[in-house]
Amino acid sequence: MLYYIFRRILMMIPTLFVISLLIFFIIELPSGDYISNQIAALKSTGEQSSIAKLEFLRKEFSLDRPFFERYLVWIGLWPGPHGLDGLIQGNWGWSFEFDKPVDQVVGPTLPLTIVLNFATILFVYVVSFPIGIYSATRQYSWGDYGFTFIGYIGLATPNFLLALILLYLFNLWFGLSVGGLMAPQYIDQPWSFDKAMSVLAHLIIPTIVIGTSGTAAMIRRLRANLLDELHKQYVTTGRAKGLKENQLLIKYPLRMAINPFIADIGNLIPSLVSGSVIVSVVMSLPTVGPVLLSALQSQDQFLSGFILLFVAVLTLIGMLISDLLLAVLDPRIRLGGRAAS
Amino acid sequence: MVNVLSIEGLTVDFNTAEGFVRAVDDVSFVVPENRTVALVGESGSGKTVISQTIMGLLPQAAAITSGKVILADPTGAEPPVDIATLERKGPRMRHLRGNRIAIIFQEPMTSLSPLHTIGDQIGEAALLHRNVSGAQARELTKEMLRLVQFPDPERALDTYPFELSGGLRQRAMIAMAMICRPALLIADEPTTALDVTIQADILKLIREVQAELRMSVLLITHDFGVVANMADEIAVIYHGRIMEKGTAQQLFSDPQHDYLKALLNAVPSFHMDRDERLVPIRPIILKSEDLTRNRPHCDVAPGEPLVEMRNVTKTFTLRKSSFLGGKAKTLTALDDINLTIRRGECLGLVGESGSGKTTAAKAILRAIDLQGGKVLYNRGKGLEDIAALKGADLMDYRRRVQLIFQDPFSSLNPRMTINDILMEPFEVHGIGTPQERAERARSLMDLVGLDPRFLRRYPHSFSGGQRQRIGIARALALNPEFILCDEPTSALDVSVQAQILNLLQDLKRDLNLTYLFVSHNLAVVDYLADRIAVMCRGRLVEMGETRTVTGNPLHPYTKALLSAVPEPDLSAQLDFAALDAKRASEPQLWPEPFRLTDGVEPSLVEMEPDHFVCAPGLKNAGALEGTAA
Repeated sequence: MLYYIFRRILMMIPTLFVISLLIFFIIELPSGDYISNQIAALKSTGEQSSIAKLEFLRKEFSLDRPFFERYLVWIGLWPGPHGLDGLIQGNWGWSFEFDKPVDQVVGPTLPLTIVLNFATILFVYVVSFPIGIYSATRQYSWGDYGFTFIGYIGLATPNFLLALILLYLFNLWFGLSVGGLMAPQYIDQPWSFDKAMSVLAHLIIPTIVIGTSGTAAMIRRLRANLLDELHKQYVTTGRAKGLKENQLLIKYPLRMAINPFIADIGNLIPSLVSGSVIVSVVMSLPTVGPVLLSALQSQDQFLSGFILLFVAVLTLIGMLISDLLLAVLDPRIRLGGRAAS
Repeated sequence: MVNVLSIEGLTVDFNTAEGFVRAVDDVSFVVPENRTVALVGESGSGKTVISQTIMGLLPQAAAITSGKVILADPTGAEPPVDIATLERKGPRMRHLRGNRIAIIFQEPMTSLSPLHTIGDQIGEAALLHRNVSGAQARELTKEMLRLVQFPDPERALDTYPFELSGGLRQRAMIAMAMICRPALLIADEPTTALDVTIQADILKLIREVQAELRMSVLLITHDFGVVANMADEIAVIYHGRIMEKGTAQQLFSDPQHDYLKALLNAVPSFHMDRDERLVPIRPIILKSEDLTRNRPHCDVAPGEPLVEMRNVTKTFTLRKSSFLGGKAKTLTALDDINLTIRRGECLGLVGESGSGKTTAAKAILRAIDLQGGKVLYNRGKGLEDIAALKGADLMDYRRRVQLIFQDPFSSLNPRMTINDILMEPFEVHGIGTPQERAERARSLMDLVGLDPRFLRRYPHSFSGGQRQRIGIARALALNPEFILCDEPTSALDVSVQAQILNLLQDLKRDLNLTYLFVSHNLAVVDYLADRIAVMCRGRLVEMGETRTVTGNPLHPYTKALLSAVPEPDLSAQLDFAALDAKRASEPQLWPEPFRLTDGVEPSLVEMEPDHFVCAPGLKNAGALEGTAA
């Protein structure tokens, strides 16, 4: 088992390299880069001094080198103007748009992004599980139909619309100003209990908004999976032993039906980040989503590259967790080799 | 003698979309203490509904409309109860289930949860009913595993079902059913999914356990071979009604009802004459004119070699996961196989699960890569190595060689209509216009005796036998000349089996087909095959004319296989005592000159004219060839 974990972690390294290469390739696909676009803009207005500064920046960030060299300098495997100084060495790059190092731009947003993602995943699982089980065990009941209906509405409603509606309603009912991730008076204040509570209160709506479609999809899938399992022979075997229905359900078919959900943890993350961009813009949430959007628009390549890579790392970690959980929960995966001998 | 179970006038209705369907109609029979009663019938006859009624496991849609199901515990521990009146999910029914009545199912592969250790699953019933602690339950489980003769009960407690063979899983199921020492055991087709040799072991085990615990057994089966060897009394059920009941002696020696006579006639047995045909209950009228008319001509003369396997060797690498990766272990699935299939014949390939017979079929299909040797096929231009075929030649080969699968339930895509299923081969090979394809699909349905109007239906609306006929129609779609039948009848009822076997026989005659018929059922192979090849542990051990092999088996493994086939005949009972002595599937334990140790070349020796036996001892001794018989 230890060996499995070790091998699994080792496997992440080449994967990460391939992902980073792809990301770098894709963000460089549009012609030009941030600096040369700026230079072109400045040339038309004729500001020579600024152009000289930008030319210096181009050299400074090796933007005049060939593609692979640029890539290797970025990740820190090729000496740039300042020697080996890239992602591996902990230098996350420079954001041209904000004129700050990338870590200062995204730094404050990362913890909140992770908290929001985590909260959303939790929400998806906590809500969809009981409902999915209910729908499956009482198939074609009124409750099942009701949840199916709500679920389809959840799937079909655009997130940003839901966000706007909820913003309005919460403001109307509870007088909450729910934009942002905390009440305005706590911004830039040191962490305190009140500030944490304010963050939690502000998390509710984004979590619901971002999580709704995921929850609806998961309810449908848990229902379908569980319905498949409920009619399997081993369930009848358990019932024939005299087990109570609830004991039976939890011990056998549910154990079987949750495999796809655990396998899904890794996949949820990128869809949550990319799905939350518009919602974050609408609700002015300080997550990486809006930053990524503006970075992509202005071809701020180190910034967007870093964010994409960050999401990729989150995904890989999510997949590692789901793989390890699967191995713990499913003996067929854990002991697969032993079976055939 | 006490009747443990008495069913009186039981009627069960199903409330379906088409209205009420009567699944069980006024059924009455009794199961006396310490006796075995066999409930015999085809699929859909209502025998499983009866078992569900006794267990209180009837589905929601079913209702007991009248009748009594009285369970009387012979130990007197509990007063007799009428199960028909109990609430199915209520505590009183739960108290009986798994405690006083237990059940074992047909499919040992699916009736255990793959995620829990068998110790956990077996001990569960004891925890529920016998008021014991976890440690005591574990001890009881171990005792039960010993009773059902697990090789290493202590270790077996912590194994998962997927680590066990089918036979061991069924033993685990029996242990699970026995742990509360029930008064009544319902065995619902307990051996249908198992090899003959394992079937014999399991039947023997049920008998021994029955003798030890003095319980009653309700044996539900469609196999008269099993009935003849197990039952004291028999009840024959058809369309929910009991047709005939009596002692085994009465029913076998003097069957009264036409249905029972017909069922008995549908079972292949070794006593049949070579040209005697089985009489299926619902025969198929074959309409092969359409297909025979525009069949491509086969250039290989009858009797000439069509397929040849030369020194075919296939090993599988098993990854052994241990703390630090472990070392690779290999399994030899095919060990130096030499086999010739002649044009126009049916070669029966026989062996237990894991003997390599399916791997051999896959090798011929070029579905796997070989480690050594080659498979040759004659497309009219002499024998060609199929591994060298490419592009159009390979497509041509794929057209000529088709496969009929074992499981008619999983081999048809449930989301495709029969029409789509039958047209797909034409689409893959780009044959014909849509009109021609539709025309062919209709004539294929005719060919296997199905109504072409069924083409628009989905597989789920067909019975097992009908599905298998659709599978056969699909295999015939491309006008193949060679068909691999991989246990095509092992999932079917005897009556349907007879129908399919006759269909295959007629098709072979009318379309000049060549078959490789893979099966573990020697009686079936004996009925259909011209020659038989017996495989064990990846080696070919005996080969010859069908009647020569079944009439005069020379190899100990073949003898063991033959002795394990239960005959539907009270005078030819299985010798359960003899079964125990020989573990005939262990090549190292075979007597000389048959003994095979690792690394010895499994060469065949012609001990009689055209009758080959794997006997390395003779080969080494040299001069004995042809005289040993």
